[in-house]
Amino acid sequence: MADQALRKAPLAGRHGGSAGARVTPAGPATRLSLRAGTDALGALSAAFGLTLPTRPKTSASANGRHALWLGPDEWLLIDENGADLMAAAASSGVLHSATDVSHRNTAVLVSGPQAAGAIASACPLDLGNAIFPVGAAARTVLGKIEIVLLRTGEDDYRVECWRSFSPYTFGLLAEGAEDVGL
Amino acid sequence: MLLIYCPYCEEERSELEFRHGGDAHIARPTNMADITDEEFQEFFFLRDNPKGLIFERWRHIHGCGRFFNAARDTVSDKFVMSYKAGEPKPDLSGNAPATEKTVETYEATEGTAK
Repeated sequence: MADQALRKAPLAGRHGGSAGARVTPAGPATRLSLRAGTDALGALSAAFGLTLPTRPKTSASANGRHALWLGPDEWLLIDENGADLMAAAASSGVLHSATDVSHRNTAVLVSGPQAAGAIASACPLDLGNAIFPVGAAARTVLGKIEIVLLRTGEDDYRVECWRSFSPYTFGLLAEGAEDVGL
Repeated sequence: MLLIYCPYCEEERSELEFRHGGDAHIARPTNMADITDEEFQEFFFLRDNPKGLIFERWRHIHGCGRFFNAARDTVSDKFVMSYKAGEPKPDLSGNAPATEKTVETYEATEGTAK
């Protein structure tokens, strides 16, 4: 009988994709679902060390920390270094709502020259360079599920999904990557 | 696939991201306890269900999450315009209502496609 519990990442050991688009599970990260009014943005931005974006479909990134605009008063914060985002939010001292969703979400990284094609196989969002440039982020759908998509580089995308949907996400993206690689 | 303009995201997004929310501009009575059953029925249950232009609430549920209002033609299923929640009903009296003849059907647009 096991006498200690091991924490296992939801997509541990998976790999997939094609020469055109690699699909890999993202490493663990801390995440925050943040709701706040416009008057709290200054203090919250200072507390997180990056300016919370206020325009639709934009994001801000610095040192492995990302702030994604999801709605007029809603942001998703991701810290790839595992920093305590809840403590940072609490130190802001202004009215806001923060929920730790580090373990609710997981992410799949899609990268390669045909990464956009792999995602577009199941996502209705326009991923063209003009309308979805590097740094753009949006909540949208992938197949039958909701995702948050962040373009981290010219050929790199981060697909955030709920962890119980992650095998579906990974399978769908791996299929899409194989299809665009043909 | 329909493209619906979200006034909060300020762009057209796929209909897959949206959910319908019933008629817009339904004013809830402020004297709810005083109105008769008939008046409550009128407010709560009865809708016009017009053929033609209709004002509806929509929610960008898989996007920014916001409710907004949209004017749609029920004949052509075309979205005439959409605007933020709380804004007054726009005057669309100059908008020509769709008829069966103006609707693009599959047969008309793709019927002879080879």
